[in-house]
Amino acid sequence: MNDKATPKDPEKEKRKIKSAKKMRDIMTTYYMDALTARENNKTVAWITSGGPVEPLIAMDIIPVYPENHGAMIGASKMGEDLCIKAEDMGYSSDLCSYARADISCAVVNGGPLGGLPKPDMLICCNNICGTVLKWYEIQARHFNVPLFILDTPVCHSGYTKEIAAYVQNQIKEYVIFLETATGKPFDYDRIKTVGALALEGQKLWQKVLKTTAQRPSPMSAFDAFFFLALIVTLRGTQTAVDFYTQLLKEMEERVEQGISIVPEEQHRLLWDNLPVWYNLKWLSQKFSDHNACPVADTYTSAWCSAIQYIDANDFLGSMAEAYTRIYLNIGVDQMADQVLGMIQFYGVDGFVMHSNRSCKPYSFGQMDIMNIVREKTGIPVLMLEADMVDPRNFSLSQADTRIDAFMEIIKQKR
Amino acid sequence: MIEELTPFYTTIKDPEQTAQSIKTKGKKILGYLCSYAPEELIFAAGCHPMRLFSRKTEISLAENHLQAYCCSLVRGILEQGLSGDLNYLDGTVFPHTCDSIQRLSDIWRLNMDQAFFADVIMPAKLTTASARDYMKTVLNKFKTDLESYIGHPITEDDLAESIALFNRIRTRLDQIYTLKAEHPAVISGKDLFCVIKAAMIMDRNLLDTCLKDLLSALKNLPQKPGDPTRLILSGSVCDMPDLYTLVEDAGGAVVGDDLCSGQRWFQGLIPQDLPPMDGLTARYTDRVVCPAKHSGNFARAKALIDLVKAKKAQGVVFTLLKFCDPHAFDFPYLKECLDKEGIPSLHLEMDDQQTNSGQMTTRVETFIQMI
Repeated sequence: MNDKATPKDPEKEKRKIKSAKKMRDIMTTYYMDALTARENNKTVAWITSGGPVEPLIAMDIIPVYPENHGAMIGASKMGEDLCIKAEDMGYSSDLCSYARADISCAVVNGGPLGGLPKPDMLICCNNICGTVLKWYEIQARHFNVPLFILDTPVCHSGYTKEIAAYVQNQIKEYVIFLETATGKPFDYDRIKTVGALALEGQKLWQKVLKTTAQRPSPMSAFDAFFFLALIVTLRGTQTAVDFYTQLLKEMEERVEQGISIVPEEQHRLLWDNLPVWYNLKWLSQKFSDHNACPVADTYTSAWCSAIQYIDANDFLGSMAEAYTRIYLNIGVDQMADQVLGMIQFYGVDGFVMHSNRSCKPYSFGQMDIMNIVREKTGIPVLMLEADMVDPRNFSLSQADTRIDAFMEIIKQKR
Repeated sequence: MIEELTPFYTTIKDPEQTAQSIKTKGKKILGYLCSYAPEELIFAAGCHPMRLFSRKTEISLAENHLQAYCCSLVRGILEQGLSGDLNYLDGTVFPHTCDSIQRLSDIWRLNMDQAFFADVIMPAKLTTASARDYMKTVLNKFKTDLESYIGHPITEDDLAESIALFNRIRTRLDQIYTLKAEHPAVISGKDLFCVIKAAMIMDRNLLDTCLKDLLSALKNLPQKPGDPTRLILSGSVCDMPDLYTLVEDAGGAVVGDDLCSGQRWFQGLIPQDLPPMDGLTARYTDRVVCPAKHSGNFARAKALIDLVKAKKAQGVVFTLLKFCDPHAFDFPYLKECLDKEGIPSLHLEMDDQQTNSGQMTTRVETFIQMI
């Protein structure tokens, strides 16, 4: 809260991203709708962050994302308490903190929203990890609702014809599942519209992310983590398209006027893995104090990385490939190639890897990617040990010292 | 110890020696990490399927590839690979399993120089017709990969013969387990564990003979009296012979298991009345499910409770590897289901290759006394 007696710092005000308020308003409305769905006879589906949401939107089903909720829990520093509650229920403290927080939240109605709206069905796509498979089984038993699993086999070294046929078949099964669960026929016309909006949203999101290739960068990867919520939760809606159109405009204006997010941007960084939600502000300030801006990351770009596989004229038909060939569902060498591409495109001077105890598919292989990056680019790489939601696995003082040392190396290299 | 156990102990003492002697017969050695590896195809290709176990407790080389929050089994096997201890392998096969093994597959492919490498990317859900169809295409693809490696096709006869052999091995193992459940003192848990571990390593034709000999020897042993507390082990790999001895010293006996280095690996015969590839598909889709796969929301609890009842067990010991996500996610639910059935359970969290600790002794002793 701003103290009315203190005048606002005009320099800081200028740097603030104005669209943030709009985004908060949209998300508030979205969660109000979701939380009152039952009273309004609306259907709610819980879905994984990498799952195909478009068919839900086309069927007027409200999608709810436990992972987005997990991020909110982390950012509001409620993660530790909820994780401990899950541990009391018998879940190991080594398990994913999104899953732990959600599992206990479903039982105690905790978290910033007082619990998520109860689902009528669960949609689990394992393109991000095997954890979601177990997590959704647990919730399917808890809520006693039907579970649809979209099984997207890992493309270690390519998208094979066997995988393609299997996932395509499952898209058909998904449609039948939704028809059975809602008792309504699937709207094949509507999915075309929704698909077009989803593709447009992803293209806009990609353009937003690409504005940070400009020097100085109009926003940081940490801002992108915040603005990500809409492309995840409202992909396929006009609301998302309108919002990202506005955000893109703001970013372009900032570029034009030379408004940077970090006041004296001198060093540009690439971030890997999920954010450290409960310490995002601290990390942001820490890098800023070194005149460094994390301009891009491998995480937020995952929500536009499959654009090349989407056929605008056959959205439903191309969904299988688009949802299978995402960043976390490919081989480590392919991931490294994408990282190298980003390092070049964004002109970064250093690479920060969040070794995230909660996310094994994202974190195992990081050390090989680190070695490839060092060998091929020579830029310094820092690996920070943390967890996305559970603060017990993060040592602030150690991170502080290590970031200082890392930034020293970058400065010496200039 | 009866002499029929000797070949099994010789095998697990020195898997490399076993591998080298198989190689001298002109066979290629293909390693695997998971009980979903289709061994019948590897064998039918004239290669030797050999399960990899972690042998090292000191991790140094794998530290540069896998963080400390990766399970000791995956780290230990990578350490073995990087240190050159597995140089006798001609190749490695990775079925789709847990996230950690998935990433190990990438790391292995990028860092190990082997003539053959295959990801056998099986379905994670096993409940639908499309998953079954996909399973078949994956097995067919693996067959083609093997054929191009060995340079000739795998014939229907080769495959049928291989399937018959593996079915025979599985039946014999099941018979030994049944004997153990009927007369727990007939073979110690430590010995039985050695047999099952060696069964995943040694030449399968030799294994078949050795199991046959062991089975008849065990049947002829005089029955020893005893009325131990009957326990089931549940987890992934339990490579800890000490635990079996500890259980027995405390008055218990392991009469069955829900381990991927145990009954989950060998249970489920391949239907021989189907075309071979269909038979394989059916077996790998319908076998006792691993928690990294989905076979309905209640499949594992049902299988465990059925096993407890079939073996007339009085309790379950969960031997869970630290950092093993699939098993850790299932544990609270499985425990709850056991509780509802009035079946006591004990949760032990351990590292692979762990040796007995005083604390573990106390917990196991107390658990057995309480039953």
